[in-house]
Amino acid sequence: MGIVKARKLAFDYVKLDEEGRVESRSRAVDDVDLDVQAGDFIAILGHNGSGKSTLAKHINALLVPTEGTLFVDGKDTRDESKIWEIRQTAGMVFQNPDNQIIGTIVDEDVGFGPENMGIPREEIWQRVEESLKSVGMWEYRSHSPNKLSGGQKQRVAIAGVVAMRPKCIVLDEPTAMLDPNGRKEVIRTVRELNRREHVTVILITHYMEEVIQADKVFVMEQGKIVMQGTPREVFSHVEELKERRLDVPQVTLTAHELQKAGVPLPNGILTIDELAEELRKVRKS
Amino acid sequence: MLRDITLGQYYPSGSVIHRLDPRVKLAGTLVYLISLFAFRSVEAYVVATMFLASMIWISRVPLKFMMRGLKSILFLLLFTSVFNLFLVPGETVVRIWKLKITDAGIETAVFMAVRLVYLIIGSSLMTLTTTPNDLTDGLEKALGPLKKVRVPVHEIALIMSIALRFIPILMEETNKIMKAQMARGADFESGNLIQKAKNMIPLLVPLFVSAFRRANDLAMAMEARGYHGGEGRTKMKPLEYQKRDLAAYLILAGYVLLMFAANRLGIVPALF
Amino acid sequence: MAIRIEHLNYVYNEGMAFEKHAVRDVSLEIPDGQFIGIIGHTGSGKSTLIQHLNGLMRATSGTIYYNEENIYAKDYRMKDLRSRVGLVFQYPEYQLFETDVFTDVCFGPKNLGLSGEETEARAYEALRLVGLKEKYYRKSPFELSGGQKRRAAIAGILAMKPEVLVLDEPTAGLDPRGRDDILDQIAKLHKEQRITVILVSHSMEDIARYVERIIVMNQGQVMYDDTPRRVFAHYKELEQVGLAAPQVTYLMQALHDQGWPVKTDAATVEEAAGEILRALKNG
Repeated sequence: MGIVKARKLAFDYVKLDEEGRVESRSRAVDDVDLDVQAGDFIAILGHNGSGKSTLAKHINALLVPTEGTLFVDGKDTRDESKIWEIRQTAGMVFQNPDNQIIGTIVDEDVGFGPENMGIPREEIWQRVEESLKSVGMWEYRSHSPNKLSGGQKQRVAIAGVVAMRPKCIVLDEPTAMLDPNGRKEVIRTVRELNRREHVTVILITHYMEEVIQADKVFVMEQGKIVMQGTPREVFSHVEELKERRLDVPQVTLTAHELQKAGVPLPNGILTIDELAEELRKVRKS
Repeated sequence: MLRDITLGQYYPSGSVIHRLDPRVKLAGTLVYLISLFAFRSVEAYVVATMFLASMIWISRVPLKFMMRGLKSILFLLLFTSVFNLFLVPGETVVRIWKLKITDAGIETAVFMAVRLVYLIIGSSLMTLTTTPNDLTDGLEKALGPLKKVRVPVHEIALIMSIALRFIPILMEETNKIMKAQMARGADFESGNLIQKAKNMIPLLVPLFVSAFRRANDLAMAMEARGYHGGEGRTKMKPLEYQKRDLAAYLILAGYVLLMFAANRLGIVPALF
Repeated sequence: MAIRIEHLNYVYNEGMAFEKHAVRDVSLEIPDGQFIGIIGHTGSGKSTLIQHLNGLMRATSGTIYYNEENIYAKDYRMKDLRSRVGLVFQYPEYQLFETDVFTDVCFGPKNLGLSGEETEARAYEALRLVGLKEKYYRKSPFELSGGQKRRAAIAGILAMKPEVLVLDEPTAGLDPRGRDDILDQIAKLHKEQRITVILVSHSMEDIARYVERIIVMNQGQVMYDDTPRRVFAHYKELEQVGLAAPQVTYLMQALHDQGWPVKTDAATVEEAAGEILRALKNG
C-alpha cells in the first residue's frame, strides 16, 4: 500500500494584484506522479527552484494541488476535514533549524506537537522521552535550543515530529544550513529512524552524498521529475547529471573518467570499495 | 556569544523560592508592592524590611545581583531625593545659601528612597528566581479567568514565549548585520541624532526582513506540527499547586496581617 | 608582503564564566596575490581570525601588519583598512537593504567618501565582475534568487576595490549550480584582478580545485599550512578533528593499500584518474 501517491500533480504560485485579481501564475510543480511505499527511504534531488520544496509542502497539506491529486495514507489532501490527520501522518522538518523550534526548552519543543493533538500529559512525557532518545538528544532535554549546534537543533526538530508518531517524515533540505559534521549527524539519525522504526522518509536535498543510501532517487527540474530510479541507476548517467549541473560522487566521476579512457568498468559505481574491486578485476585480466 | 546571555536575569540557585509556583511569586510580588504604598508607618516599614531581608536570605541569590537592578534607577533615586530634600515645606533644619532643608524634607526624602529601593529589589527578587518561561506560564494561568471576557490569554502567553525564544537570536543577528555593514564602511557611532538615525537604516531594514522571514517560517512549522489555536490542546507541564505553595500563601497572608498590626501600633508617629 | 600576523590571540568574555580562547597564538604570512583556503569545523576559530584582518575585531594580544604597518598603531586609519581588506560574511545577502541592487552596491564606495560618478563607475564594475546581468541592476534585491543575491552582496564589497578579498563560506546554503558559479567567479576574479583571495570553507572538495594553499584551523590554532596535496596527506589527522579529505584521497589510499603502485596525494578527480591510468599501463 502506497503511503504517498500523487497523480498528475501540478501547483501554481499565483500572484494577486491589489484588487485581488490574478496578476500572474507560475507553475512550480508540473505533472508529477509519485509513489512512495510505506517504509521506503526516498530522496528528491534538485536545484533551488526546481519545485522540490513545493512538492514537499503538499505532502504535509501545507499546500494543496492546483491540478491533479495527492493521497497521503489514503487521504485526499484537498479534503479539509482530514487536514490534521494528514499532518499527523506526514510530519515535516524544515531547512532553518532556528525557525522551526518553538519551545524555549528542548523537551517543551518536542512536546509541542503532541500538545496540539490533545494527548494526555503522561503520554506526552512518554513520547517526548522516546523521541528524544531515538535522536540521541535525551541528555539535552532541559537545555535551551539556542545553545545547541545546528545539527543538534535539527535532531530536536526531528524528535518534535517523531513525537507525533507519524508514518512518514518529509525533510525539506534539513542539512542545507549545517556544517559537514551536522549534516552527517542528521542523515545518520534519519536513516536510523527509517531502519529501526520503519518510518517512511522523504528527503529533499541538493547534496548527492545524502541520497546514495536511499531506496529510490527522484531528480526534479523545472517542476518535473526528470530522472528516477535506484541511486545506482541514477548515478550511472554521469553525463546527464553533469549537464543538469548536479553533483556526482568523486568516485563515480573517477570511474567515469577511466571509462572514457577505455578502462572496462561497469556503470553506476558509488563507493570506493566497489571501484577498487572492479579495478582489481581489470588489472587481473 | 550573545546567545550565552540569559534573557532577564534569572539566577539559578535552586532555593525553595525558585521552586515555588510562579503564580505564588506573582501574587507575592504584587501584594508586597501594594503594601509598600498602602502602609506608611515606620513600624510597617520595619516589618516590610524584615520580610524582604528574609526572602532574599531564603532565595540564596547574592545581594550583589539584587543591587544590579538599582544601578539603572540610581539617577532617579538621587533626583527625587534631592528634590524632596529641598522642596518639601516644614521646619528648617539646615540652610545653604538660599536653599533650606526641612525636617519634613529629610523624612520624605528618606522614605521615598527606601520605598523605591524596596520596590526594585522586590520585583528583582521575582525575576531572579523565576525563569521567563515560568513567568509566562504563570501569567497565562493567572489571567485564565480573563478568557471569559474574550481576552486572548493563550495567544498572549504564546507570543511572549516565542519572543523569549527569538530575542537572543535576533540580538545575535543584529550584531552580525552591524559587522557586515561596518565592513562596507558603515558608521553607527558618529554624527548628530538625525544622522545617527539615518545611519541605522542599513541595520534595521535587513533586521526587519529577517524577522518577517523567521515569523513566516515559524508559522509554517507550527502549522505543520498541528497547531490550531489553544482549543483542544493539552499541556505537558501544567501548573499545579504543591504544599509548599499553600505554605507560601499562608506566609504571605501572615505578612499582610503583620503589616496591619504594625501600622496600628503607633509607637512612632505616622509620617503623613 | 600584504598581511603579517604575529602571535595573535583572541579571548571572548575574558575573565568571565563563558571565557573562550577562540584564537591561540596564530602567526601567518599572506603575500600579495595568493589564493588561500582556510578550513576548519564550526568553532575552530576561523571566522574569528578573519574578522581581525580588517580590524572588525581587535586582538586580545599580538599584532597584525598590513603592508608593514601595524594596524593597532595609534594613528592607523582603520576605516582605510576596511576598504583594503574586503570581508564578505556568511550569508552576505542578509545585509542587502536598498531599494535596488545598484544602489545597494553603491553603499560601500559612498561610505568611502567617493564622488557620485566614481561611486557609480565602481558599482558597475563590481556588478560586472560578479557576473550579474544588467537587467537585475534596478530590481529590488529581495526579488533575486539566492545565488544572484549573493553575487549582489559580494559586488557590494568589490565596489570598495579591496586588495584582499576574504569570503566566509561563500557557498553556504547554495545548490551545486550556485556553488560552482560563485567559486568559478571568484577564481576568475583572482586571476584577472590579481587580488589576494582568502576563502573560508568547511568543504575540502569544494576548494581543493581552486586554492594554492590551505590553512587548517583547529581549536583556535593553525594545524596545517601547506599546499592542498600535502595537507590531504594528513587525512587521518584531519578526520580526528572532524574534517575529511576529498573522496579521491581515500580512493588512492585504498588502492595503495591493495598494492597498486600509485601516489596517494591526488587532490582532484582528474589527478586520480590520471594516476590510476598510469598505474594500469605500467602494471
